[in-house]
This record gives sequence, C-alpha cells and structure tokens, in this order.
Amino acid sequence: MNKNKPGRNVSVSQLSSVTVRFAGDSGDGIQLVGSQFANATAIAGNDLSTLPDYPAEIRAPAGSLAGVSGFQISFGDDSVLTPGNKPNVLMVMNPAALAVNLKSLHKGGVIIANSDAFTPAGLEKAGYTSNPLDDGSLANYRVIGVPVNALTEGALEGSGLTQAQVLKCKNFYLLGMLYWMYGLGTEVTLAWINTKFKKAPELAAANGKVLMAGYDYAETTEIFDARFQLKKSPVAPGKYRNLTGNEAAAYALITAAKLLKKKLFYGSYPITPASEILQTLSKHRSKDVVVFQAEDEIAAICASIGGAFAGELAATGTSGPGLSLKSEALGLAVIAELPLVVVNVQRGGPSTGLPTKTEQSDLLQAVYGRHGECPLVVLAASSPADCFNTTLEAARIAVKYMTPVIVLSNSYLSNGSEPFRIPKLSELPKFQAGPLPAPADYKSFMRDPETLARPWTWPGLAGYEHRVGGLEKAEGTGAISYDPENHERMTALRADKVARVVGEIPPTVMNGPAEGDLLVVGWGSTYGAIATAVSAARKVGMNVSAVHIRHIFPMPPDLGPIMRRFRKVLVPEENSGQLRLLLRSAHMLEPLGLNKVQGQPLNSDEVLARIHEILRGN
Amino acid sequence: MERTKLTAKDFSSGLPVKWCPGCGDFAILNMLQKTMAGMGLPREKFAVISGIGCSSRFPYYVSTYGFHSIHGRALAVASGVKLSNPELSVWVITGDGDGLSIGGNHMLHAIRRNMGLKVVLFNNRIYALTKGQASPTTQPGTKTKTTPLGAIDYPFNPARFAVGLDCTFVARGLDTDIAGTSAILERAAKHNGTAFVEILQKCVPFSDKEFDPLKDPAGREDLLLRLQHGKPLIFGKEKNRGIVFRNFRPEIIEFRPGAAPAEVAVYDETSAEMAYLVSGFTQPDLPVPVGVFKETLKPSYEELYYDQVKVIGDTKEHELETLLAGPDAWEIK
Repeated sequence: MNKNKPGRNVSVSQLSSVTVRFAGDSGDGIQLVGSQFANATAIAGNDLSTLPDYPAEIRAPAGSLAGVSGFQISFGDDSVLTPGNKPNVLMVMNPAALAVNLKSLHKGGVIIANSDAFTPAGLEKAGYTSNPLDDGSLANYRVIGVPVNALTEGALEGSGLTQAQVLKCKNFYLLGMLYWMYGLGTEVTLAWINTKFKKAPELAAANGKVLMAGYDYAETTEIFDARFQLKKSPVAPGKYRNLTGNEAAAYALITAAKLLKKKLFYGSYPITPASEILQTLSKHRSKDVVVFQAEDEIAAICASIGGAFAGELAATGTSGPGLSLKSEALGLAVIAELPLVVVNVQRGGPSTGLPTKTEQSDLLQAVYGRHGECPLVVLAASSPADCFNTTLEAARIAVKYMTPVIVLSNSYLSNGSEPFRIPKLSELPKFQAGPLPAPADYKSFMRDPETLARPWTWPGLAGYEHRVGGLEKAEGTGAISYDPENHERMTALRADKVARVVGEIPPTVMNGPAEGDLLVVGWGSTYGAIATAVSAARKVGMNVSAVHIRHIFPMPPDLGPIMRRFRKVLVPEENSGQLRLLLRSAHMLEPLGLNKVQGQPLNSDEVLARIHEILRGN
Repeated sequence: MERTKLTAKDFSSGLPVKWCPGCGDFAILNMLQKTMAGMGLPREKFAVISGIGCSSRFPYYVSTYGFHSIHGRALAVASGVKLSNPELSVWVITGDGDGLSIGGNHMLHAIRRNMGLKVVLFNNRIYALTKGQASPTTQPGTKTKTTPLGAIDYPFNPARFAVGLDCTFVARGLDTDIAGTSAILERAAKHNGTAFVEILQKCVPFSDKEFDPLKDPAGREDLLLRLQHGKPLIFGKEKNRGIVFRNFRPEIIEFRPGAAPAEVAVYDETSAEMAYLVSGFTQPDLPVPVGVFKETLKPSYEELYYDQVKVIGDTKEHELETLLAGPDAWEIK
C-alpha cells in the first residue's frame, strides 16, 4: 500500500485516534461513503465508532442548508468509545455542507472540499457572499480544494456513461483520497462495489475506477503533504462485524428466540429511528422469525401481545410517539402478566419533535408513563453493540418474570455502529420460562415463590385452557375480581414481582476509585462521552469516578451506597434531568446535572468541562 | 388418547353468565358453543378473543383459551395469535362500537389481509356497557344519551362495510333466528380467511325496539330477504315478491306464489358485485337481507406468510451463527 513515488517527501505521522466527518447533500451518498470507510478502518484493525446525522427531509433541495447529511467516524488504536467530539477532518461536497459543519471542526483541522461545487449559485444557497475556499475566512484551517467533478469526469472519459451517472460516482473519488491519507486498503470497497452493481457491470467498473483515481490523485499530487497511520487497536480475539444499534437489537431478538427454542414474533410499525429493526428482521423472516408490519403502533403491540399469549417470544419496537400510543396496551401486558420486549429508540420530542435526532427524554415515560399503577422493567443500552446484550437480557427477564420489558436505545445508538464480537451460541446463557405444574394443579395466576411469575401456557396446550384479560384478577385463580382488598394485594404483587428483578443485577462496575470527590452517574448512550471525560479528568489528577447503569427500573441496589461514598454526584443526560429526578426521589440526594437537549449527543469535552467546573468550585 | 365427541356443554366454562335478562348474547353464546363442538377440534385449539363491551365478556363463558383484551384491539391481538399459530381456530367477539368505532382501523386491515379470523360482530346499534351512547350504527334520528335531539351521524352498515373491503366471507344473522344463524356460524367456522358475521340484536335496557319488526313472527317474512346461493331473491310471507335489477337498481315485483318470473335475480354469493348491491338493501324501501352475502376464496395472510418462508426452512443453530456473522465479518487472532 505504501507505494510512495520516489523523490516525493511525504511525512507519515503516527496517530492514536482520528475523527472524520463526511458531509454533503442527502443525495450525495454520504452515508454510503461513511459506512464503507468504517468497514475499511475496522478491517485495518482499528476500533471505531460512527454517528450518522441525517436531515428529516429525504431530499431537501440540492445544495440547501436543510439538506445537509453527515456521517462522523472516530477510529484509533485504543478503545474508541464515542464517534468523537470535534472532527479533525471535514470532507464537504458543497458549500452548504461547509456552512453547517464548520463550527464543529477543530481549529487547525483539515477541510477537504469539492471545489467544483463552490459555484456562485451553490455559494448563494449556503448563504455565502464570497467563496470561503479563497477569501481567507478559513485561515485557521488547512483547506484542500479538489475539483472532484472535473477529476471524476476525467477519470471516466470515454466510459459511455451519461453526465448524471458519471457525477454519481464522485463520492468514491473523495473516499479513495481518504483511503490513501489513512493508509487503508481499497479491496473491501472494490469488492462491495462489484456486489452492489452486479447487474450493471459498467457502473461497477466506473465506481471502482473513480475510487482508485481518487487514491492515486492523493498519492501523486503535491497538495497532500501528510498522511497518517494508526496503530492497530488491541481487541479481544474472535470474529467481528460492524453493527448498528438497531441491527444489534434485531439480532438479539432472533438469538433470544433461538435460545428459548421458540418463534420470534415481532409486530411493528415503521417509525424513525426504529424502522431498521423491523427491516433487519424482515430480511431474516422464516417460520421461526415471524415479522408483522401492523397497520399502526397500537396494532403492532397488540399483535405482539397476541404472539406472547400464543406462547412465542414477542417483541415490538418504536420511538417516543409510538411508545405513547402503545402505553394502554402495555397496561394490558402488565395486568395479563405476559412477556414482551419493547425496544424504544428515543428521538427528540415531544410530538414529531426532532425525528432524526437523538435524545434521552423518554426515560420517565418508560418508567411511569401509563395509567394505573403499572410497573415494568426498563433497561438502557450504552453503545451500539450493547444493544445486543441489553435486548437479550430484556428477553430473558421478560420470560423469567412474565413481564413487559422496555429497552431504551436512541437515535445515536441505533444509527451509530461499532465492531461487535460475534458470540458463539454456546457462550450465551440458555434460558427458559418457569416449569409448568400438572394440569390438575394449574391456576392461571399461581406464582413462582421466587420470581412471583405466573406459569406461561398457551393455546394448543391441553389441560391449561384459561381466560386472561385486562380486568383485575383474583389472586391465584385469575378469575375476575372486584374485591377491594384483592386489588390492593394484586397491585402490590405486580410491584413486588418487578422489584425482584434486582436479583438479576450484577454489582455495579466502578470506573475509577470507589470513593472520592465526584461520581459521574450515566445511563444509555452517554457512556462513551462520560468514560472518555472521566479518564481525561483523572489523567490531570482529579478525583473522579463514574458508573454507568443499564438497569433503570428497578435500579441497581448498590447504587445508593456507591453514590454516598462521593462528595458530589453528577448526572449528565440528554434531557432536562430525568434520571436525576429518579435518583433524588429514591436516594434523597441532590445530584448535579449536565443537561443537553439539542438533538445532538453529549460529547466528552462538554462532560469534562462540567467536571472541571464542579471540582474547581470545591 | 381417544377423544370422546365434544358437546356444546363441554365448551361452557361454568361461570355464571352476567348479561341482562332477555339479552340476545345468551342465544349467540349457545349457538357458538354448539358450532365449536361440531368442529371436531379439541378445546385447546380454540382461542376466543374480544375487546371491550357487553359482548366482549364472551371469552369468560367459553371453556377454551380466551383473551378479553382492550377496547377495539381484539382483531390486532387475534392477528398476532393466528399468525403465531395458524393451527388454532381463532374467534373474535366484538360489537358495533368496539369493532367499528375505536377498533375500526384494525377491522379494516384484518379484512384487507384476509387474516384467518372468525369475526362475530354483535350489532345492537348502541353503546350498552357504557349505558346508552350513540354508536357508529345508531340510526339517524335515534335519541340516545349523547344524541338527545336525535343522531345526525350517517351510520355504518356493517355487512356492507365488510363487502366493500372485499372480505372473503360476509354474512348477517339475527340472534333470534337459531336455525339461520347457526348455519352461518358453521360456514364461518370452515372458512379459511376472514369470516365476518354481523348478528342483529337489541339491547334490552338501551335499544329495546331495534330490529323488533324483523323478529315479529307475524310480519317478519315481509321484511326479511333470506339469501340462498343459486336461488332467486324471493321474499314475503306468501313468497310472492321478488327483486329484479333494472340498470343495477333494485326493484320489488309481485307475482303469484310459485310463479316467479325469470327476471327475478338469482343470488350468487361468489359475486362481489351482487353482494355489494344486495348488502345495501335497507328498510323501509327494501327487505333486510340475512344469510351469506359472499364467500370467495383466496389464500389467507397466514397461508401466504408460511408459504413464502417455506423455502427458507428452519433456522438451525449453526445457521444462526452464520446469520449473526453476516457477509462482512472479520477475524481477529
């Protein structure tokens, strides 16, 4: 790969980690280029983390600020926990992409721009009165303008393709340049192109040619006076793939059903950003993976409740507005005591809010957002690959305790990706529902003394015919009961059953010393930002630790004692303080907050700044 | 194990039935228990699923698996049950409010998919469990607690609603017509796709005059048109009236009993067009049709689903590992 031309002096720097952002029109193939780059870095042995950032509009007018789509990737030789804060390299396809993204670029960072798009019309659409590539306004950055349109046309001269087809290849030109800059191999992308355009060999040839032309251009031209090389990241041996959070959740559901030796029944309705779970499972439909695209959110959860009643592992997926629609049916699943996994991929709310952006603002809805006293289990995933483990655990708890379990993911986790070590089935815990009594001893609401779960029986099993429903049941028999004291006992039993899930929670893992000045308590998608910030703070001598909780309801039993060993507690969240509210009411503590409600993930710089602020104030 | 033949009594849960005295639900319960006993399936192969309303208490009184779900959602729950286990005989018990108002969307889509469900919709033209509010089938001008000046909404005609959606089996019966309605339920039980059965009944406390003329032995045959496949559309106590279509418009003609002219339309339940015309008949201009409007055959949703995935076969454990690995996995040693 390092075939430097003789006589050319190129410096090769060793880096520990790099963050690159690609940006362009939503029709420019930005997500495609980003995910190819992610695969190439993964195969080169780097750890990585990615974050796509789409506009809500599928195709806003070309070149407009509203239509800018982005994809950010961090990769490096150490454990990469977040897609990075400010990018070091910004690759822009047009002036609008520059205008939207410049403020997040590191001072001194590199801008690679398609200079052919910086026409008077393009500049005007982005609100520029002069061309930033040559008016001196980017003096704090290294600007590399590349006439990508012209170079792509040159590379494909005589190809017989139309002008439109030729220009569609231009994203691969930039990708080729980046591959050279970071010493990455082009083989994977070339193979991908050949598969993708199997039916159109002329397009496969053209895209491949453009990729290599970009690679060679970067190697040959004088404007690239530096290239970077990353050391391989030390990761555990095994088989890996790059997985988004939504894919991870989908594969976890298939895996859970397999471990349980049942069908998976997944009823869902398309909603951003949860649709990829439905799509991924649809791809893997079989007689064991039953996927039902329902007519609405309510039908989706009700069909899944039907699937659970029929004795299969049932799940549904949605985002905030859909969770609201499902809340009545969640009450039914709670009172009927049926197992159900609900993956809620949070987005900016309320209402349609920021449908493509990320937030952590459904926590209270998940814990409390139902009528009546309606406790269920809530878990939160902390990284794209952790969506697999968390969803798998949700299925295990749902079946063991005969309860609905909500898994909180969010837009950031669902679209972001990271390397996922593929487990061998033998490594995963087998699990099953509790044992069934003999038909003569069976009562539909008898309970396991340890878990308080009722026995799971389903149509087709002779001798266990019973009726369930939304009406209150008599303790034990499951017959309809309006008895006041029975209702109070059943309310307490349902709460006690969910409370017993604390028995499933392992001791909380401390990141840092067990006592000190400040404990940062996080949940969900802020894991990477908090871990990175806390480790940076400790490096400069601050006495800071962190814990990250997966079990939101019930909470880890050791969390209270852990928090009390620190002088202060900080809870960073992408909401106005929802976990903080729960911690305050459960533990009579006054944690400090760091709250960001911008539809953008918290980044480690922000967490670090808040840590400095708190400890300086000591 | 050899099974003795089941009777209607075997399908009774033994719970005291708590409908109002005189309610037609009792008769429908008896007919349905008898129909189930006649199907030759063991009790555990049945699932009876309901929403909310007086009729939706039904599952508690049947000794099969039962699910009394939430308002309007019975069809959605039932779709999940049937798709999970297509071997089950899945019955949905609903009413005019539950099935056509709050649950209208699920009714629409279950029928569109031809989901293999037997839907029995009890139409008493009122919200009875909530004590007397207008429903989507309440007739214009009817005074109820929520329409003190008389209802102004245009009502649904449930059978025509189902015919309009090209439901593969549509029928209408009366709770008091044991022979006719039992025959309909038996046919519904055997139908492979969505079977939609509207049963006309009154609510003793809240709509006690509904359908009375249709049930009065003295005059009912002049008001009812009993549909029979392949038979002319003849009605009247004396069987002296018939329906002819002139330019697709129905007209009543009279003739000497036994001497119906050839122009009287012959009913064809395999014709969606005929079913659409006839299901629109209403009093006072035309007789009220009862019987099977339509039975056509097309694969049910669950048949299409499992046929489509048959080629894939079982997901064996080792195949699951392959599936998890996907096409782009890499190995780190």
